Amino acid sequence: MALQLPTPPALRRKRRREAVRTAAFLSPWLIGFGVFFAYPLLSTVYFSFMRYDGFTAPTFAGLKNWDYVFNHYPFFWTGLGNTLWLVAVMVTLRVAFGLGIGLLITKVKTGAGFFRTAFYLPYLAPPVAATMAFAFLLNPGTGPVNHLLGKLGLPQPGWFTDPSWSKPALTLLALWGIGDLMVIFMAALLDVPREQYEAAELDGASPWQRFRYVTLPNISPIVQFAVVTGVIQTMQYYTQAIVAGKVASGVIGGSGQQFEPGYPHGSTWTLPQMVYSLGFQRFDTGSACVVAVILFAISMAFTSVLLRRGAGLVGED
Amino acid sequence: MVINRSTLRTPAALASAACLALLATACTGTGDGGGDDGSAAGKDVTITFWHGWSQDNEVKAINDNVAAFEKLHPNIHVKVVGNIADDKSEQALRAGGPDAPDVVSSFTTDNVGKFCASNVWTDLGPLLKKDGIDPAATFPAAMLQYTQFKGDQCSLPLLGDAYGLYYNRTAFAAAGITAPPKTFSEFEADAAKLTVPDGDSYKQLGFMPNYHGYETAIAHYLGQYGSTYFGADGRSNVATDPTVAAALTWQKSLVDKLGGFDRLEKYRTGFGDEFSAKNPFTTGQVAMALDGEWRTASLAEDKPAFEWATAPFPVPDDQAANYGRGYQTGTIVGIAKGSRKQTAAWELVKYLTTDTDAVVSFANAIHNVPSTLAALSSPKLDADANFRTFLDIAKNPHSATTPASINGGAYQVSLQNLSYEVEAGRQTDLGAGLTATAKEIDAAVDQAK
Repeated sequence: MALQLPTPPALRRKRRREAVRTAAFLSPWLIGFGVFFAYPLLSTVYFSFMRYDGFTAPTFAGLKNWDYVFNHYPFFWTGLGNTLWLVAVMVTLRVAFGLGIGLLITKVKTGAGFFRTAFYLPYLAPPVAATMAFAFLLNPGTGPVNHLLGKLGLPQPGWFTDPSWSKPALTLLALWGIGDLMVIFMAALLDVPREQYEAAELDGASPWQRFRYVTLPNISPIVQFAVVTGVIQTMQYYTQAIVAGKVASGVIGGSGQQFEPGYPHGSTWTLPQMVYSLGFQRFDTGSACVVAVILFAISMAFTSVLLRRGAGLVGED
Repeated sequence: MVINRSTLRTPAALASAACLALLATACTGTGDGGGDDGSAAGKDVTITFWHGWSQDNEVKAINDNVAAFEKLHPNIHVKVVGNIADDKSEQALRAGGPDAPDVVSSFTTDNVGKFCASNVWTDLGPLLKKDGIDPAATFPAAMLQYTQFKGDQCSLPLLGDAYGLYYNRTAFAAAGITAPPKTFSEFEADAAKLTVPDGDSYKQLGFMPNYHGYETAIAHYLGQYGSTYFGADGRSNVATDPTVAAALTWQKSLVDKLGGFDRLEKYRTGFGDEFSAKNPFTTGQVAMALDGEWRTASLAEDKPAFEWATAPFPVPDDQAANYGRGYQTGTIVGIAKGSRKQTAAWELVKYLTTDTDAVVSFANAIHNVPSTLAALSSPKLDADANFRTFLDIAKNPHSATTPASINGGAYQVSLQNLSYEVEAGRQTDLGAGLTATAKEIDAAVDQAK
């Protein structure tokens, strides 16, 4: 075992000065990180173990809130199931659709500007307005979509009023606003070296093989980015779900007539709506924080797995 | 420069300490405010009053009332802030401090339980007693019920809403119906007579019974039964009170009689906005509707192409003696517990809620039901025969409401969810459904305690 010599005082002072300087340079980030991330996160975990109604001082509740959310709050599992459904289906379809539209537009010889604009514009629509417009278009009684389907002799779904169609309808809405993903996929696709395609063609690669072995490896970091950000965004899915439910149910809400998020039949009920409902409608901050912690944990788990699995796809520089 | 662990230890420790300090304090602004603010002795005091009214006529009406109050109390000045949503006033009450409101009103009665139980709003009981105001002799019973929680009268009614029956007199005449129905069996028969099918839809529907048919929520139907929701022990009684099962069963039978859930639901999706000229009663899509007194003003303005009238909503056949009752709710007003101007705040609340002229003029201006028994009988009320129906419902001692609960309207959500299952035919074992709902309500109440 090597003998450790005591650090000379001058060296210690130098190290301390360096530490202070480092902290000073880092302080803007540290303050931002502390105030906007660490404190809210720690608070959320802390309050998940407290009985806190937002008005009176919090008291320690142990695992009571966790027990309530998992075992006695009947909407939790429905909300979790819906959220995971949206993550699995909506994110997958959005990435596939965004990539598909990006591929098509990069191949279009004429009118590419028009198509780029046409596919990007819906993304700029405010979520509330877009959802209300969709609820109007897909209204089973008066909406033009079902009217047209009827004329064509096709089935006319209940869309936002039918529990089995409400999430697919929300997915359609998400696909309509695909502009964000289309733009980043287009940028990635245009960045793929042309010579690689030429070499593949010379080797007799089919269009599918060129996509699989040239395009996909080159754009895989972007795919990974789209999936990770898509998962995080979908875990926070709130506005479209609550607006669609509210518009379709027709319920304004008030005494004796509560607006229930998740209409119809809890099918659009997501975890973020649960945080709002528990925290601000039921004054149960503790249970709302339990759901928020679960949301954070699931998002982190998804992100970690996706980043690990994606690491193999991302080429080394 | 290499950054090692020890380099980051100091800032990390500081950040952790700050977080822990903030967590430990867990900002709660509510606390006891001051008692005597000197206003009774003539000291100049300015109080802040937050309310939610936003329409021009509403804002003018409340401002006129406040101006009249200031004339009566020259040393009390009121800073009125309108268009405040409940979320915002709750946040202000949490934060407390000198900028928080002294007097707050809310359009929902659902949060009274929380405001009372957590001492966010002052108990007005002692103040009423001090000034010799007997609440039971001043306010209608249902309104008194929804403004208190477990004996804590932490709010008072500031105008109310009563629910009754609107019916299309032209359609009644065409169907040979001479008088509005008084019992549920008469109502069912009339609804069927007034229904004119059109393929798999309707030319005219007698009544939209579905729970999403705007005001046809289960709680509004239960107002006709006088259901109480909770027993004396504070536990949910929805599984043991036979009126709840009766209401769910009756509604389901009406749904089936008028064409079935799916057909009615599809027809419902063609309705226009509830608070617009496209309301299905105004357009003639339905011949009868369960609605509040405010619809009288809308109909007068929208002038539908038929004659209409109002009546109390029918009652169950076995409660025919209680005909005339209805569901009631309304706006509430209270004093922030943290206010340091309690005396002046009470003077304003007392004036707004108990001064007959103030209540009547406000009711006339915004077409709501007055919230005191004296005002309900005032000759100064602008009330035609259709509006009088709702005044009578408000005065009826059997009229009912949804009681305050410690966790807001959570118990109503639980019951509503069951009602949706029952009407759609997804829950056929009503007893099991009600037992599970009662358990769910009790678990939520226990969690909130």
